Amino acid sequence: MTRKTAVIAAMLLTMSLPQASFSAVDVPSLAEAAGRYAITPGSRIAFAVDQVGGGGIKGKFGKFSGTFNLKAGDLAHSMVNFDLKPESVSTGQDRIDAFLRSGAVFDSSRFETISFRSERVEQTGPDSARITGTLTAKGHSSSEIFDVKLTSWNGRKIGFKVSGKIYRSRYAMDVGTPIYSNVVQFDMVIEGERS
Amino acid sequence: MPRRSAGGYDLVAIALHWTIAVLILGLLVLGFIMTRRSIDPALQFSLFQWHKSFGMLALLMAAVRLVRSLTAVRVKPVEGLSALERRTAHAMHYLLLTLAVVVPVAGWMIASASPLEIPTFAFNLVVIPHLPVPKSEAAEMWWTTVHAVLAYSTLALVFLHSAAALYHHYVRHDDVLTRMLGSRYRTVKTSIEEPEP
Repeated sequence: MTRKTAVIAAMLLTMSLPQASFSAVDVPSLAEAAGRYAITPGSRIAFAVDQVGGGGIKGKFGKFSGTFNLKAGDLAHSMVNFDLKPESVSTGQDRIDAFLRSGAVFDSSRFETISFRSERVEQTGPDSARITGTLTAKGHSSSEIFDVKLTSWNGRKIGFKVSGKIYRSRYAMDVGTPIYSNVVQFDMVIEGERS
Repeated sequence: MPRRSAGGYDLVAIALHWTIAVLILGLLVLGFIMTRRSIDPALQFSLFQWHKSFGMLALLMAAVRLVRSLTAVRVKPVEGLSALERRTAHAMHYLLLTLAVVVPVAGWMIASASPLEIPTFAFNLVVIPHLPVPKSEAAEMWWTTVHAVLAYSTLALVFLHSAAALYHHYVRHDDVLTRMLGSRYRTVKTSIEEPEP
C-alpha cells in the first residue's frame, strides 16, 4: 500500500467511526435521549466577574430549579425553562453577598426569581448545541445565548456543561463598572433526571 | 544641609497648600457621608471609589509638599513672633504635613488589608496596587479605626491652624495669612518696604 492510499484508508476509517468517538462521552442518539428532564440540585450554577488588575468575584447560586425537554425529531424546538433565586448567591464573602442581594444588584427581596426561557436550540456539533432564549432579571428581559456541551449520560441522567456571557448592564446591575467587568461569565454544570 | 531661606511661599507651595486643603475637607465630608449606615449600597460603592481616587491624589500632592518643605527653600516665620509661637507653629505645620501623608496611607492600608480585594482604580484611569500586607477582616477593621481617628484628628488640627491664621490676620495684623494667599494679597506695607532697584 502506498503512503497516499494509506492516508485515504485512515481517513475513510475515521469517517466511518460513529460520531461519539469525537466526544468525551458516548453521545446517545437523540431518539434515545429524547424526553423530559428535571434539573437536579446536583447541578452547579457558578459565575465569575473579572476585576481590573486581575482576579475578580467568583460565586454560585444554591437555589434553582428547571426542566428541559429534548425533542428527538425537532431539536430546534427543544425547551429549557430555568429559574434561580438570586437570594441564594454565595461568594465566600458575606459583605459581597449582601451587596449582590441589595438593590444595587439583584434586589432579591423585590425580584425573587431570575428566569430563562429558551426560544430555539441549534445543534453545533455531535455533542454540543447553542440555546437562545429570554433571560429575565430585576424586571428586565433580554435575549441571551448559552453554549451547551454534553458531558454525561447514563440512560436516566444527562449532564451538560453550559456556559454563557451576560452583560450586567442589560439588567440594571452594572454597579461597579469599570472596576468590575460588565460581563458575567457563567459556567454551569446542569444535570437532568428523567421525569 | 543649609537651605536658602525666604520670607514667603512660592506659587507652587501656595497652590499645593490650598489644593490639599480642599481635598482634605472634601475627603472628610465624603468619608463621613459614605460610612452612614442608611446609605444606598450602590451610591455607597460609588462614593468609596471617589474617596479612594481623591485620597490617592491627596497622598501624591501631600507627599510632594512634604518633600518640598523638607528640601526646598525654608520659609522664615513672620516678624514679631515669640520663641514659643515659632516652635508651636513649626510643630503644627510639620504635624499637618505629616498627617496629610499618613492619613491617606492608612486609607490605602484599609483597601490593601481588606479580604474583599476591591481594586483601587483611581479616577477609572490607573490601577493603584494594594500594599503587600496580609489580608484579614481584623486588619481591615484596625486600619479603618486608625484612618478615621487620624482623619478626624487632622480636622481638629485644621480648625486650630485656621483659627491661628485668622487670629494673626485680624488681631495681630501680620502677614501669616496673606503670605499664603499669594502676592496679590500682600499688605501695602510689604511693597513699600521693598528696596528701590
